[in-house]
Amino acid sequence: MQSPAEIVSHAGGVTGVSWLMIALPLFGAAVLLLGGRRTNAWGHFFGVAMSLGAFAVAVVTFVELLGLQPEQRRRDIGLFEFIPGMVDLGMLIDPLSISFALLITGVGSLIHIYSVGYMSHDRDRRRFFAYLNLFVAAMLLLVLSDNYIGLFIGWEGVGLASYLLIGFWQHKPSAATAAQKAFIVNRVGDFGLLIGIFTIWTTFGSLAFADLTHEVAGQASEGTLTAIGLLLLLGACGKSAQLPLQSWLLDAMEGPTPVSALIHAATMVTAGVYLVVRSGAFFEAAPTAQLVVTIVGVATLLAGAIIGCAKDDIKKGLAGSTMSQIGYMMLGAGLGPAGYAFAIGHLITHGFFKANMFLGAGSVMHAMNDEVDMRRYGALFPVMKITAVTFIVGYLAIIGFPLLSGYYTKEGIIETAMHHNQILGWLAVLGAGLTGFYMSRMVFMTFFGKKRWADDAHPHESPAVMTWPLIILAIGSIGLGAFLVLGNRFMNFLSPAVGLPQPADMPEPHVFGVGTAALATLALVAAGAAFAWFRYGAAEVPAVAPRASFLTTFARRDLYGDALNEALLMRPGQWLTRIAVFFDNRGVDGLVNGLAAGIGGTSGRLRRVQTGFVRSYALSILFGAAAVVGALLYVGNI
Amino acid sequence: MTTHYLVLSALLFAIGGVGVLLRRNAIVVFMCVELMLNACNLAFVTFARQHGNLDGQLIAFFVMVVAAAEVVIGLAIIVMIFRTRRSASVDNANLLKY
Repeated sequence: MQSPAEIVSHAGGVTGVSWLMIALPLFGAAVLLLGGRRTNAWGHFFGVAMSLGAFAVAVVTFVELLGLQPEQRRRDIGLFEFIPGMVDLGMLIDPLSISFALLITGVGSLIHIYSVGYMSHDRDRRRFFAYLNLFVAAMLLLVLSDNYIGLFIGWEGVGLASYLLIGFWQHKPSAATAAQKAFIVNRVGDFGLLIGIFTIWTTFGSLAFADLTHEVAGQASEGTLTAIGLLLLLGACGKSAQLPLQSWLLDAMEGPTPVSALIHAATMVTAGVYLVVRSGAFFEAAPTAQLVVTIVGVATLLAGAIIGCAKDDIKKGLAGSTMSQIGYMMLGAGLGPAGYAFAIGHLITHGFFKANMFLGAGSVMHAMNDEVDMRRYGALFPVMKITAVTFIVGYLAIIGFPLLSGYYTKEGIIETAMHHNQILGWLAVLGAGLTGFYMSRMVFMTFFGKKRWADDAHPHESPAVMTWPLIILAIGSIGLGAFLVLGNRFMNFLSPAVGLPQPADMPEPHVFGVGTAALATLALVAAGAAFAWFRYGAAEVPAVAPRASFLTTFARRDLYGDALNEALLMRPGQWLTRIAVFFDNRGVDGLVNGLAAGIGGTSGRLRRVQTGFVRSYALSILFGAAAVVGALLYVGNI
Repeated sequence: MTTHYLVLSALLFAIGGVGVLLRRNAIVVFMCVELMLNACNLAFVTFARQHGNLDGQLIAFFVMVVAAAEVVIGLAIIVMIFRTRRSASVDNANLLKY
């Protein structure tokens, strides 16, 4: 096993100014938000330019990094002292962070371009681009920071951008509610992340990745490391919509489709996977935490797939699929160095094909008057060929059609999981079969079968500014997986950042290139696709969802996740507030009001003593004087 | 030897006090107050004699001065009340109350 390379400080060259990557989109967001309506005319082009500029810096940095020896490829660029004597904020440019930076700026730029067309009828297009730029800046800060504080700032920044963009159409109550839900559920995860960071600080006295090496982490007790791992995992679950904090992602589809593609499919929701891989030093020393990561991953990949099977809303179907695919990544990330390369590789290929499909879904919605119900689609292939073909490429990639992107990366995760633990492996295979079913169902219902359009629908192909990003993403969906995985290219590239696995942890290479797991996966996927064809391709699809069995209802209602949250958290919370209100009204208010009323009543009675009869005053003076004299005599000092 | 004077003083004071408490006519009440003050004066003078110094006699003069001032103010008030209310009864002047 090879440990990650040491982080060396760096100055000069393009890498030295790679902070521009964050600064450019941040500047774009500032100009568009502060400039207001004056920037309406050119704001979207400016936003696209800033995103492309960040992409250019990322590419040049990447090339410069490739020019270095592998063990020299972890460069730390100190920027400034953030909290004196505690945190120096800087950027860590290493294979892991630059992979993310390329994905974020690359896919992000394509989605920026697509949005120029998609949002062209929206009055608030400038504000939309401002938020997109803000998101890109925050996400880059998250992955490029060289310590946990910077990561946390970026983490909160993407949460804010996500909130703003989900609720972008805030005039819709459902969108406003979904935005709040996403924000509040993420609070739970962020709480875990924060406590985790506190624990790291108190245990190791540093938050810089350069100080938290495997040797340093190994010095702490396993209990502490497990606690750190589980707390970081809670943060990851919130951001990456893993069980049990998954409920916000499906509602987040209320946002505009490019947002769903960029934030809720390609980049932000994968931040949890990044966190787990980046904190590998803790997880690898805490097997219990790693086991929990894999269990969460498997549970989520199955839950997401089951939800995806029953959704008629095309975006929610894709959201279930996103949950499921991130479950695969979590599973890979929980397998240690053997799984990291596949997890991150799947993350990158998923970024391409899922963004591709979300943008394709957006293109379909654009053509169908914002209709999202797949039961009202059907037979769209002839009218929008580019969208359909690119969508189908993404579809083939996600179900793991041989030689396409998803095949290599997902197969890698399944094989490694199978090698690690048979149960995890077979559950992952089952998830792949479900993926084959629900994605095929989506394609058949949307592009094939009979027309079930609304009466006023006149579908048409989208403009070039929307189709070109689709084509580029589709090319990535075809070739990227083979490029990354064949010859362990990506694993070797990442190894300075995350280390290399021991040979024993790796599945043996197969004689014919495919193992039993791969064959089983392919068979299950084919069966799922065939079943989907039988149900939704060949047969009539009713335009209104029929009453369904208990299992389908279970999946349609998101596995009763919301009901569970409501019963376990919301209602007890309401009871608690009700009790608190009762206690406040009756207890605290009662005490204060009672005291005031008591004093008022007593003084009301007491003032009756002031009769106005001077002789009664004289009598009381006499008694008073007598009492004083009596007291003095009693004391006896007189 | 001075006991008789003190007993007389106490008697006068008690008579004055009872008068203040029981009589309604403001003028009589006033006279009773004067009686009490003079009972005090008698006591002071008696004690001055008993102790063989002039402190008590000095105080008696102060009391007389205060009493004179009080009579001036008090009688003026009583006259004003009598003019407005046609009565000098202290029980009738009871407007200043709760």
